[in-house]
Amino acid sequence: MIEIQNLTKSYGQIKAVDDISFTVEKGEVLGFLGPNGAGKSTTMNIITGFIPSTEGTVKVCGYDIMENPEEVKRKIGFLPELPPLYMDMTTYEYLNFVADLKLVGKNQKKGQISDVMELVKLVDVRGRLIKNLSKGYKQRVGLAQSLLGAPEVLILDEPTVGLDPMQIIEIRKLIKALGKQHTIILSSHILPEVSAVCERVVIINKGKIAAIDTPENLSKGMGSVSKLSATIAGPKSSIVSSIEEIYGIKYVEPHIEKDSDVIEYIIESDKETDIRRPLFFAMAKAGYPIIELKSLDLSLEEIFLQLTTQEKEVM
Amino acid sequence: MLSVFKKEFRAYFTSPIAYVLIGLFMLLSSMVFYINLASPTAEYNYLNLTYMSLFLILIIPVLTMKILADERKSGTEVLLTTSPTSLTKIVIGKYLAAFAVFMVMTVITFVYPILLKIYGNPDIPEIIGGYVGYILLGASFIAFGIFASSLTESQIVAAIVGIVGLLIMWLLQGIAPNLGGIWSDILNWFSLYSRTEDLFAGILSVKAIVYYLSFSAVFVFLAIRVIEKRRWSKG
Repeated sequence: MIEIQNLTKSYGQIKAVDDISFTVEKGEVLGFLGPNGAGKSTTMNIITGFIPSTEGTVKVCGYDIMENPEEVKRKIGFLPELPPLYMDMTTYEYLNFVADLKLVGKNQKKGQISDVMELVKLVDVRGRLIKNLSKGYKQRVGLAQSLLGAPEVLILDEPTVGLDPMQIIEIRKLIKALGKQHTIILSSHILPEVSAVCERVVIINKGKIAAIDTPENLSKGMGSVSKLSATIAGPKSSIVSSIEEIYGIKYVEPHIEKDSDVIEYIIESDKETDIRRPLFFAMAKAGYPIIELKSLDLSLEEIFLQLTTQEKEVM
Repeated sequence: MLSVFKKEFRAYFTSPIAYVLIGLFMLLSSMVFYINLASPTAEYNYLNLTYMSLFLILIIPVLTMKILADERKSGTEVLLTTSPTSLTKIVIGKYLAAFAVFMVMTVITFVYPILLKIYGNPDIPEIIGGYVGYILLGASFIAFGIFASSLTESQIVAAIVGIVGLLIMWLLQGIAPNLGGIWSDILNWFSLYSRTEDLFAGILSVKAIVYYLSFSAVFVFLAIRVIEKRRWSKG
């Protein structure tokens, strides 16, 4: 659906985007993650044809953005970081104007605008001037704008920035729903957002790709051990010795004493073996109840920090 | 193109700008009309149209200052350049909207020759010729104003560039012929006002008409190129 090959954008000596390649499949929701100034917006601006690349190619649905810009622009709905709104127009006037710009046919225009307003929940404010709308509504008008013209691809640059938590949840739900019919690239520097909405994540730092994978694989992929925290009631020394007998255990350590005989242990094991079941049976056999058991695999947040700071050390 | 035209034209009338400019222009032009009537040698084209053309130096750049500069400032340029509608159509749509406001302004001034016709015996063909020249001159000013607006994201700067540019072109008619040689020829090309002479005298000079139309086309084209160029070098 979207093929990006060796994309580079330089401003004089500085490379804002440095040799990036990845593809997005049809129907996929791809998260574009990176600290501020990593090159997310620049990449998105190139994909949408707003600015040209220095080197490399971008193909959307088989069309090259440099060779067939108009074809590509028809296929893409773009919500820039700052929604491009005309403050002196009403919501309906604005959407009507955008539909014209996107060459929506006369017959479909009315239906499409009301569908989009329904979907993004703008019907209540259709007659209000955009400058009088709240930030959340403005963002929704921006999103509505990107949906006009029935594009197959949506490029959303930080769609939840500046919204309150309720609005963030709503917009995320909406994006998830849109993901069923569209191919979406979504940028963010907020990690839970990406893991909540996206099927695959591209982590970008200083213009280079630091990692591409699913959020789950990224959490698993780092390091060679998997970590568990287990809170078990019983005498410390005999619990430690019976855990150590389980196959695959590398390391056990009492961590926090929660009660007189309830202790939280940190257990590390080989990545390949899942020790949760053997652990349960071993403890049950010995008669020590497990109060709590949870995985301590790295959160996306930690991975992100690791990846982006590793880069720093190399430099 | 039509939708851009409609949007821009409506924007002029939903904000005070069109009313203020048209009102101001009517005030000035009716003062000139009164002076013209009161003078012993009343001549519509030479007095009214000439003065009205001078007022346009102030009015038109204010009319066009917002047209591209504001798109850039408010971030809506992205919407225009990433839509499948071509930039050329968008800029021409904007040009036509400003031209339509100018025409509204112009049509209102038809009241002066109509009054002359009721109470006197003016040379109507000469006045029509004069208006053709006046409208073409206005169209060229608008093209220059749009070009000025493409250069900056500040409306004030766009207006100042437009006004100063048009003033320079006005003054050139007194300078260009004296320089001689190639400079005289080059600067003469920018001398917008000297071409109105034939038209104001009631002569429909094809040369002048072609000149004004090509002047407009050149500056609209330059405005489009400025936007394109900036996107390519965006930093």
